[in-house]
This record gives sequence, C-alpha cells and structure tokens, in this order.
Amino acid sequence: MSEDLVKFTVNGQELEAPKGSMLIQATDAAGISIPRFCYHKKLSVAANCRMCLVEVEKAPKPMPACATPIMDGMVVHTKSPKAIAAQKSVMEFLLINHPLDCPICDQGGECELQDISMGFGGDISQYTDEKRVVFDKDIGPLISTELTRCIQCTRCIRFGEEIAGMRELGATDRGDRMVIGTYIEKSVDSEMSGNVIDICPVGALTAKPSRFSARAWELIEHPSIAPHDSVGSNIFVHTQRGKVTRVVPRDNEAINEVWISDRDRFSYQGIYAPDRMTQPMIKQDGEWIAATWDDALQKAVEGINAQGRDQAAAWISPNATLEEHYLMQKLLRGMGSGNVDHRLRQTDFSDQDAAPVMPWLGQRIEDLENVNAALLVGSNVRKAQPLIAHRLRKAVINHDAKVSFVNPREFDWHFPVFAECASSASGMLEDLAAIAKAAGTDAASVATIVNAATVTETHQQIADSLKQSDKAIVLIGDMAQQHPQLAVIRKLADAIAKATNSVLGYIPEANSAAGWLAGTVPHRGPAGSAAAVKGLNVAEMQANPAKALITFNIEPEFDVANPAQALDTARQVGFVVAISSYLSANMKDYADVILPLAMFTETSGTYVNAEGFWQSFNGVSTAEGNSRPGWKILRVLGNLFDLEGFDYISSQDVKDELKQQCQDIQLNNSVECTAVVSIEKSAASLQRVGDVPLYAIDTLVRRSAPLQKTRDAMHDCVRINSKQAELSGVVDSDKVKVNQNNGHAYLSLVIDDGIPDGCVWISAGVQATSSLGENFGPIELEKV
Amino acid sequence: MVDKSMTDTNTILSAHTIEEIDAWLKRFPEDKKKSAVLAALRAAQHQNKGYLTTELMDAVADYLDLSKIEVYEVASFYSMFELNPVARHNVAVCTNVCCMLMGSDTIVNHLENKLGIKLGESTADGRIYLKMEEECLAACAGGPMMQVNHKYYTDLTPDKVDEIIDGLE
Ligand code: SF4
Ligand code: FES
Ligand code: FES
Repeated sequence: MSEDLVKFTVNGQELEAPKGSMLIQATDAAGISIPRFCYHKKLSVAANCRMCLVEVEKAPKPMPACATPIMDGMVVHTKSPKAIAAQKSVMEFLLINHPLDCPICDQGGECELQDISMGFGGDISQYTDEKRVVFDKDIGPLISTELTRCIQCTRCIRFGEEIAGMRELGATDRGDRMVIGTYIEKSVDSEMSGNVIDICPVGALTAKPSRFSARAWELIEHPSIAPHDSVGSNIFVHTQRGKVTRVVPRDNEAINEVWISDRDRFSYQGIYAPDRMTQPMIKQDGEWIAATWDDALQKAVEGINAQGRDQAAAWISPNATLEEHYLMQKLLRGMGSGNVDHRLRQTDFSDQDAAPVMPWLGQRIEDLENVNAALLVGSNVRKAQPLIAHRLRKAVINHDAKVSFVNPREFDWHFPVFAECASSASGMLEDLAAIAKAAGTDAASVATIVNAATVTETHQQIADSLKQSDKAIVLIGDMAQQHPQLAVIRKLADAIAKATNSVLGYIPEANSAAGWLAGTVPHRGPAGSAAAVKGLNVAEMQANPAKALITFNIEPEFDVANPAQALDTARQVGFVVAISSYLSANMKDYADVILPLAMFTETSGTYVNAEGFWQSFNGVSTAEGNSRPGWKILRVLGNLFDLEGFDYISSQDVKDELKQQCQDIQLNNSVECTAVVSIEKSAASLQRVGDVPLYAIDTLVRRSAPLQKTRDAMHDCVRINSKQAELSGVVDSDKVKVNQNNGHAYLSLVIDDGIPDGCVWISAGVQATSSLGENFGPIELEKV
Repeated sequence: MVDKSMTDTNTILSAHTIEEIDAWLKRFPEDKKKSAVLAALRAAQHQNKGYLTTELMDAVADYLDLSKIEVYEVASFYSMFELNPVARHNVAVCTNVCCMLMGSDTIVNHLENKLGIKLGESTADGRIYLKMEEECLAACAGGPMMQVNHKYYTDLTPDKVDEIIDGLE
C-alpha cells in the first residue's frame, strides 16, 4: 500500500496521496479549497476552465490542479501571490462574456461562478466592448437554457457522454462563437438528463418546471427518499412556505452516488395537480358531497361492515410506505379477511408459495458495477430503474462486463450489449430454457422444457459469459414479474443462476420489497409468516369480486395488470373506499367514500430498496387541504373497526413493530419448489407484449406535467415490425384498431423493427390503452 | 434500435463519397472510425455543391457510428466546412496577422466593393462566395494571399484580384 502513496506538500502542509492521482483530489480530501469549474469528481478531466491554477515549485508556470498528477516531493502553493494572480486572471477572462445577470438568474445564491467570483473577481471590469449573446434553445420540458451565461466548462457534454451514455449536448462552432447546444432543434431525452442542472456550475442550465419560482435562499432543504423505483435514491426536497418547489439529489455513494433520475427529480410536479383530493367525500344517493373526516370514516366503516367485513378486499399500491403496507394488512386481517395484495401487475400466482420472503436484488446496488456478466430477464432497466442501469453501464464501460437480455422486444441501450434475445412471452421462456440448457442445468422441474429447447449460438454465448465470470448475476425484471408464466421464468432463471454460479436477483417495483415484508400478500403475513387466513390474490379478487374493496393510492385502470377488468371489478364491488391522493372520473363512478391521502413529501414513512435497505423519512411539506398521511388513516380505521393494536403514536412505532418481526429474515432468492413446469403456447397468431413505461408507473408521475411532455411519455401507440405490418396489411396506416379480450382501442401505428415477429407492442398505464387487457396475451390488429 | 426509421445512409451519401470514406477508413483501426470524420465530411461537402446539410452530417454520423452531435461539432469547428448554401467559387482571403500587416484589409475591402457583398456572403448570381475570417493558411511569405477553390494566390494587389476573380466563370 505504502509504495503507492507519495508525499508532497501543499501550503506547507505535508500530505500523502496515491501516486498519479490528481492534485485536486488530494486537496479536496484534505479540505484545502481550490476554485474550479470544469472539474467534477464523477467526470473525466477536461482542464479547460483553468480556474484551478496553482503554483507548483520548479514548474515554470501555474499548473491546473485538476490535471496535475501528484509527484513525490512536489511543493504546491494554492494561495501564494503567484497562484492567486493566476486565479484572478482566469476569473477576469471568464467574466468577460458573462452577463452578470445574477438578480434574474435561478442559480443566484447557489452558483459556483457567483461564489468564486466573490473570492477572485475584480470589482470593476476592464472590459468595455460588447459582450457576446447566445440565443436560448428549447431542449425540452425539463431543462431551461440561458446559454449566454455558459462558461463552456463542458461538464454537461461530458455528463452526456460518460454518465447518461448518450451524447445529446455538444459544443458547436469555436472560439468566441462556441455554443453549447444540440445544434439542431431537439429535446434532450436521457432519463437522467436533469442532472446537468446540478452539475452546470452557472445558471446556463436550470430546472424548467421550477424556473423563476424561488430564490435559493428562500428554500428550506429537507432530506427525503425518492418513491418511484426500488433504488430509493436519496434526495433533498426543497420547500417554500410548506410547498415543494424542487427536488435535487442527496449524495449517497452506496445508492445513487450524486445522481437522480428525471422521474425522481420532476415527479413532485404532480403533487399539486388540479385533480388532487383535498377533502374527504362521500357518495349520497348518487351525489358526491364533501364530508368531514369523522363522517367519511364513519361511512367507510359502516359500508364495509354492512357488506361483511371479513369479505373485504384491499389493493394497495406497491409504492405505499412500509408503514402503510403493514397497517393495511393488519387492518384486513384484523377484520378477518386475507384479501390483500400489492402485486397488482402480476398475473401468475401459481408458485407464490415458493416466492422469496422478499424478492431482492441479491446483492448491493453498489456491487452491480463490479459484475463481469449479467443476464436481465424482462427488463428495460435503463428506463425502469435508471440508477440500476447506471451501475450496470459502469460495469460495461469500466471493465467490459457482458450484459445480456431476454426481453419481449429490443430496446435502445446506453451501453454496448453483449447479447439480446427478443421474442414473445412463450419465446422468452424458450430462450431461457435454451440458455439453461447451454449452461448445463440439471434442475428436474424444468428438465422437459430444457430438453426441448434449441440452443443457438447466442444462447450459448450468454451461458458461457455467465459461467466464465466470477461475478455474474441473473436479474428478474418488471416485465418478467408481469409475465403470464412468472413461475416458469423464476425456475429457469434459478436454474441458469445455479448452473452458472451466478447470483439470482430481482429488480423489484417501487417499494414492493416493503409490501412483501409487511405482508400485503394474501398468502403471507408480516415477515413472511404463514397467513392465518389465506386470502385471494389480486387476480382471484377480480374473478370473484369482493363485496367491499379498499383501494390505496391506485387507479385500477392504470395500475392493475388487466386494466379493463380491474375497473370493471371496482364497479361491481358493492362498496368501495378509495384512499387516494387524486380524484378521477372513474373513481367517482366506482367509489362510495374517498379519503384524501397525503403524498410522500407530506407523510413520514419508510421505503425498503432493492437491496433490502430500510430508509425512513419525515413529512416535509404541508399536506394539501385536508389530506392525511396513509398510516394515520389506516390507524384510525383500525380504531373505528374496534381492532386490537392500532394505538400507534407515530409511524416510527409502526415501523418498529414490523422491524422486530423481520430481525431474523435471511434474504434468499433461491427457488426450492420442485413442481414440474411447462411452457404454454398460445394458438393465436398475434401476441401482445408490453410494459408499463417509466412515466406511467404511479399516480404521481402520471400527473407530473413536465414529465408527461417528454418523449419518454409518448406511449399511446402500437408498435409492430415491418414484416408484421406487411402481414397485417397496415404498412401505410397511421392508425390501427386493436382488440384484446372484450376491449378495443384505436392507436397510432409505429413500425419498429425491434419488435419480434408475431408480436404487437402496447404499453399499459396510459389512457389510450386502458380499455385493453394484460400486457401479454392474444390480440388482434385491424386496419381502419 | 427504437423507431428503425433511420434514413438509409447509402442513399444520402453518393457512391463516390462512400468509396472515398471507405478508402480513408482502411487507414485507421476498426474501432477508430471517428478518425475518418474530417475526410468523410469533406467528401460529403464535395458531393453537395460545397456545403453540408444536417442530413449529410447525420448520414456521416451513421456511417461512422458516431453520435450526430459529434459530427456537428467537428463540422462547425473547422472553417473549411460550410453549413449553409454558398456560391460555386469559394474565395477565402487570409486575414491573419502576417497577411493583415501586408494589407489584407485592402484586399477584403476591394473584394467587398467589387462584388457588392460582405464577408460571409455569396453573390446573387451564385458565382462568388466570400469566406468569413480565414485563418493563417501557411503562406505568410506571400501575404496578402487568398485561396480560391483550394488554389493559393499570393502577393495580391487589387488588380491581381480583379484578374483572378474575372477569370472565374
Ligand atoms: S452549459 Fe453549464 S455545464 Fe454546460 S458547458 Fe456551459 S457552464 Fe458548463
Ligand atoms: S477545474 Fe481545473 S481547469 Fe477547470
Ligand atoms: S497570416 Fe496569412 S498565410 Fe499566414
């Protein structure tokens, strides 16, 4: 170790650092501040701003600290007259063309340029000529540009290339005419694009949704946890007079590093959507009237009791907090019913008893960047969980990890993919069986399908890549969890993992890990315990609609596997209590009582991320109107139903109660079930395949106006490949009609050769497709 | 991979351009296609009356597996690439230090008056384009100098300029 360290002196202080590391890294670590603009610890060194010039003894001229490797015995002065003079000169040059419009700049008060010019800038500019002006570009709904302020540090460009994996911004032209932009009229579409707002050291790139809405010093910063995926990114919520003004990342190297996804950054815009519920409401003789909490809760309890409370059912959103999950199942079970489920998009429950106590990533998020090979099954991980994808991308970029996919279509990746199999639902199983065969599995339960599989070169390569790697992982993604034969996927993935000595992991949806632990599944109580009363799963609850239903932060027409059927069920149920943050037209139709729910920034709670890490947070903004935190609503319902053990004072009490029970859980994804499985092949010539796109996954993101304006939100279309278009006779059609189960929809047609033969790609979670059925299944296409 | 509506590179770049690019590609390692970007842009510009369109640059990007913005950056950086339609004869007067000392301003003024256009503009008849700010062309010993369609003319005087310009069809 010590051989790799060299000794050097900065401002008379003896320091040690790894040989070859840059001076600025060592001074940063030692707390010696050196001004900088272009240097960023997560990006490559560009050394183009020159702000970090320091004096190095024996060097003929000042050296940039960000690009000067430390040498043994080096003597550095960061504050000597020579260093300061150099820094001041650079500052003067940087300010020549800067508009100095801080009073109207969103970055004012948190601007690196402003801060550093306070320290190194002159009071008066010597420059009297005209300053250059750059006209602003519209680069989409998320980022505002004011490029006259740009100091051309190129951090944003390097971010695109090195982190987002797509070069969108660039520096065109040169010299004093160089501008940052897209050159052509184009939006910036990366799912992590918002991070350029944070890394831009000036106010050239700022957040469009919160533009001109606050000065940095008026905001109060609160730590919190992002709710949309199972990363659990650490965030700061910035509030102003109790309202959320913006969301920015909070550094946590083990989870989100310094980044967050655009979904986590901009979803908060949905908190103040016009259809936000602010008042309890009850339906009286077919009319909706505003009610007090007392009356609404009373009515809810009476309604459920009248229908027979031991027959009640509950559908809870996977993004509910751990406490909400726990209280929901406790409430239902207290009433004598086991009909509670958070797996709303799952369709195959046949092996639910063999499912892990908590399906989890199988390793730390951080460790994903060390894998040498990975196989992802049913996952568009880049869009579904951008920060998980970012770790995998690092593995690919940094050490050529071999990442492969078995998916229902080809996707657009931001790293070189080793192999990609794309086929229909049953085709995915055949691909997995072939990989298992190539890996030499001996698992009995899948022996028949493995024997029948035809191994192609690709299958062999995938199997070999996993086998030859000492750190390999097989990950089951969201589309696999929605697959009609999840049980078979689970077995095959397990067989592959075992035969290749890989870790088996899941990429759970939102806070579903907490749903499993808390017991919002009908067959298990909290902490994986056996359920006293075995209830119906979400599919069974639709086949035999209960008499009373509680929905928690969901819209059945978007959040349940079969949207048309789910909405139908909700309408058939005798009495529906919707605990919801929003009021939709459909809800008015099927519900009888609506209880307004506080959003994630308005409640305290806990999210459990993919690696099983519990992260608690506080309510940081004022709940809109009369809405209340979910855990309190459920607690009071427990009291009103006269149930035991609902006397919690804080959400912490709820968490502690569950934590106690979870102490001995050993996370384990291994499948021990030995039931023999087979592949079901549909006779229909056309099969739907689909996902729930990133900006459609929950009630909040669906209402974030800026996110809904991005390209990633455009999913109300049908995609088929050109061969299929030919076969279906729709080559020249702009629109087609699709029929699935008893529903139909008219959708625009996109020809996309990434869609497998015989498949029709249609996404769920969007209005245009909510009249249809599950993401996988037979479908018909008609010319219109 | 999404929306495989990518325009077919081969129909935008002419056979000759592709041949040219391929010849350059042979000189670089397989994974360093980027190295051919200047040559590729030059060929693409040549096929299109001396200027590049976004479509052509996109085609070059696709052909060399580069992101489009990378190609825009290169094309907009180098002064030998034109990104707007220009007249058929490209006249570039060096205005860098040596030539300036030798009187390039007079040459520029003369040209502007004679043609009735400013630097960076083309004549209405589509005959002459006066290139903006040409940097040192390494013919300082012969300043003032200009380049007409890649040919060097040195030791310029207004008369000599008239002769050269009038000789262009
Ligand atoms: S826009 Fe911001 S991040 Fe990008 S180069 Fe300019 S100053 Fe740097
Ligand atoms: S920070 Fe070192 S040159 Fe920019
Ligand atoms: S300065 Fe004109 S050619 Fe060098």
